[in-house]
Amino acid sequence: MLLQQLINGLTLGGVYAIIALGYTMVYGILELINFAHGEIYMLGAYLGIIFLGIFTSLGLTAANFPLALLLTVLMTVLFCSAYGFTMEKVAYKPLRNAPRLSPLISAIGVSIFLQNYVMLTQGATDKVFPYRYGETHIRFLSVDLTALQAAIIITSALLMTGLHLFQKTRMGKAMRATAQDKTMAALVGINVDTIISMTFIIGAGLAAVAGIMVASYYGIVNYSIGYMAGIKAFTAAVLGGIGSIPGAMLGGILLGLIESIGAAYISSEYKDVYAFIVLLIILLIRPSGILGGYSEEKV
Amino acid sequence: MFVLEARELTKHFGGLKALEAVSFKVKEGAIHSIIGPNGAGKTTLFNCLTGVTRPTRGSIHFSGQEISRLQPHEVAELGIARTFQNIRLFPEMTVMENVMVAQHTRTKYGLLSAVLRGSSFMSKERAVREKGFEYLELMGLEDHAEALAGNLPYGSQRRLEIARALATEPKIILLDEPTAGMNPMETLEVMDLIRKVKGLGKTVILIEHDMKLVMGISEWILVLDHGVGIAEGSPEEVRNDPLVIEAYLGRETTH
Amino acid sequence: MKGVVQDQARSSRKSIAQRARESAGRSVMLRSFFIAAWAALLFLPFHGIRSALVLFAGIFAGLPVMQSAMRLGGPGEWMQRLPGFRAFTLRSFPFLRTSALPVFLLALFVLPFTLKDYYLDVLVMSGIYMLLALGLNVIVGFTGLLNLGFAAFYAIGAYTYALLNTKFGLGFWPSLPLSAVAATLSGLLLAVPALRLRGDYLAIVTLGFGEILRIVLNNWDSLTNGPNGISGIAPPFLFGISLGSLNFYYYLVLGLVLLSVLIIRRVKSSRVGRAWIAIRENEIAASSVGVNVTRYKLYAFAFGTFWAGIAGALFAAKMRFVSPESFTFMESVFILSMVILGGIGNIYGALAGAFILVLLPEALRDVQMYRMLLLGAGLVLLMIFRPQGILGGRKGVRIRG
Ligand SMILES: Nc1ncnc2c1ncn2[C@@H]1O[C@H](COP(=O)(O)OP(=O)(O)OP(=O)(O)O)[C@@H](O)[C@H]1O
Ligand SMILES: [Mg+2]
Repeated sequence: MLLQQLINGLTLGGVYAIIALGYTMVYGILELINFAHGEIYMLGAYLGIIFLGIFTSLGLTAANFPLALLLTVLMTVLFCSAYGFTMEKVAYKPLRNAPRLSPLISAIGVSIFLQNYVMLTQGATDKVFPYRYGETHIRFLSVDLTALQAAIIITSALLMTGLHLFQKTRMGKAMRATAQDKTMAALVGINVDTIISMTFIIGAGLAAVAGIMVASYYGIVNYSIGYMAGIKAFTAAVLGGIGSIPGAMLGGILLGLIESIGAAYISSEYKDVYAFIVLLIILLIRPSGILGGYSEEKV
Repeated sequence: MFVLEARELTKHFGGLKALEAVSFKVKEGAIHSIIGPNGAGKTTLFNCLTGVTRPTRGSIHFSGQEISRLQPHEVAELGIARTFQNIRLFPEMTVMENVMVAQHTRTKYGLLSAVLRGSSFMSKERAVREKGFEYLELMGLEDHAEALAGNLPYGSQRRLEIARALATEPKIILLDEPTAGMNPMETLEVMDLIRKVKGLGKTVILIEHDMKLVMGISEWILVLDHGVGIAEGSPEEVRNDPLVIEAYLGRETTH
Repeated sequence: MKGVVQDQARSSRKSIAQRARESAGRSVMLRSFFIAAWAALLFLPFHGIRSALVLFAGIFAGLPVMQSAMRLGGPGEWMQRLPGFRAFTLRSFPFLRTSALPVFLLALFVLPFTLKDYYLDVLVMSGIYMLLALGLNVIVGFTGLLNLGFAAFYAIGAYTYALLNTKFGLGFWPSLPLSAVAATLSGLLLAVPALRLRGDYLAIVTLGFGEILRIVLNNWDSLTNGPNGISGIAPPFLFGISLGSLNFYYYLVLGLVLLSVLIIRRVKSSRVGRAWIAIRENEIAASSVGVNVTRYKLYAFAFGTFWAGIAGALFAAKMRFVSPESFTFMESVFILSMVILGGIGNIYGALAGAFILVLLPEALRDVQMYRMLLLGAGLVLLMIFRPQGILGGRKGVRIRG
């Protein structure tokens, strides 16, 4: 039973971690809580349904499902990255020198806009993921998990590893330098604008994958899922130490575990409260998170 | 005789030793200066004295009290005021309001009397305004009382910082590079203002880069270098100190 | 310069200015094309090919027009060029100034006799939102603390009256101050630990508090009746007479709004208000001139949430019904938008913001559906082009940290 919950928690946590990465990368560079990041994840879930629908109507899904799924993921990632890129250019870039709360309010505006845009174009009711897959059960060390759960856990792990490796590349190093000191980074010849755009593109791409994974896992999506998932992923990022990429991974997985164990052993009605309580406790006890450092403000 | 004393004051930022066991005593009613090259720890010293940062070690004694663990507002209430090297006015408040806020701890009334506006409230408010005006006059800002502080020219903003610090009615006033960015004319004016402040019976501690200026105005000087107090004493003593000459000449050549 | 002259000599047919104009025209065309194509691409999955093409055509044609309009200045300047837009302060409303004030107030008092119930109802609602916006303005506008969970305190006010009335039979008048106190206390309860946090973290904590409260209201069936809410709440009574009429609520709300404006104005121009604004302007400087920053932030929270409690009790009495649905995160954002739209930190801005955001959707029935969509886009545009709001509060949302 506990082991079973751990698997469920790990599945959920992997998804949170993937979304949390986007929060943490943007925060690391812009010190902005990109409130609309959860909506990118929601858009990803919808785009997954839309593209898989298109490939189904083209007969591709029936002919070769893995290929159809792969293309769906690819298209979704491309579009979400475009949304992330555009979001930054339109709503945040003009506010880069504005007082700090302005971009946060702008982000809230983007979030509301995207939610309502999807509600108006796709309807307020739940949408069903058109294709069920990965439902074969696997028995693994006396736990029972579906192939899809295993795939989600593995994909999350792969994406995290990928991002970790990316950090070692030239672009990744430039990104970390920019996060540490934008002025210095610009002085040594890093194009800060490009780096910021890349951050949004990568973060949105990751969120897109998370969106498809969740849409397949639960089978239904709704225009409002981005808000809650966004808050939880943000909690995960803060839990691990915002700005820290390993922190986001750790925080996501921890939060997933807390939630599924809380839902199983305390009360499932209050499932969504646990994230907030964890967030409040963490911020009040250790605002810098588990892996975050501490720095004193210069006067 | 001594109003303020720091003992073995130390502040580390991670591995960086911004202050290392600095001790000194401040004489009542005199002008003191703290000098030293960039990054010597002068501002950090002010931050420790005013409760803005907590020293890693050491103690600060002021009017018979250990104040190194106090909050900035408590230190201000006890009677230490300061200005900031990078100007920190309240830009969207008027010049007058800036000096009115500074009297916060010297006028006490609660929310209720602010709402009811009885005669005691009105007279207190009037007094705050009149006092504020006096400090503005002293700094030559009376004509701009109703301007937004953020719209003042640079030099006036620096003088407003001094007026605001004075308005807290301190015993000691700490001035962090009050002439930074000023032309020679303005600098001389500010030096005169500092003498005026001393004339009000205030004890002054001044941070200044310019050796010559400091020599003319201060009765006692502390020289910091890399967080360490390398010399202290009268201008004469400090001027001839070989360590100081080295620290300053060393710096001069890098420019 | 020399190069230019040679260039000119070489081109016998076209003047330089003409060529520059043409190449600028081409680059505008190209830019418009790319922007239109990009936008169409982004809309493609959700709208289908046909709408995307329409969008493309629209933007491609519209953008150069807009750009030439903008050449008269960026949109921000452009908006300010609208007559009177820049000098939109209290002084722009002569009817609100001293001599005309009695006339204006009199007009407010006779309004119910001339208005249809429907309009009166809208006015009552906008009055309730004015109280909310005024309260939030103290926290966000004066003190610079972003609160994203203000609806929670509204909810606490509303549920306090709802519960006191339906469970203990307590009337509206004794409940009104109790609702305010309950909201104030919960404001303090949240603020005491949360105020140590940096600005944007504080925002998220207040959001979290709002969500927790809403989820609890939704699930604590035995007390709150869950999502079904509490109905049968009594209207106010005076000497045994029910005061449940719309006219009465109008006067009650009007009286409370006027009272709150008077009180908040007075507090703003006292040492308390000055301390709040100093904290907003520069927290370190504020503490260095003797303001106990933590304590005054607490005061701001307590004082701001007080008005949310009052508004909540009014809402519960007027609707005779409360449910968690009325106190979502969107509600908090809605109230915040009023403060921002009006001009953050500006008391009359908060009034104007509440008035506009309640009235506008009613006036534009056809776009009701797009209300939230427009609100979202509006927030972004406001932050970019006019962060100081319509009545020109501060230049933007400054916070500590
Ligand atoms: N909050 C902080 N965190 C980390 N390091 C700090 C902090 N504040 C100051 N420092 C460091 O401490 C050292 C001393 O700084 P300080 O500002 O006190 O120097 P200063 O003597 O005032 O120099 P200047 O003449 O440039 O004003 C510097 O190396 C500075 O970078
Ligand atoms: Mg300094």
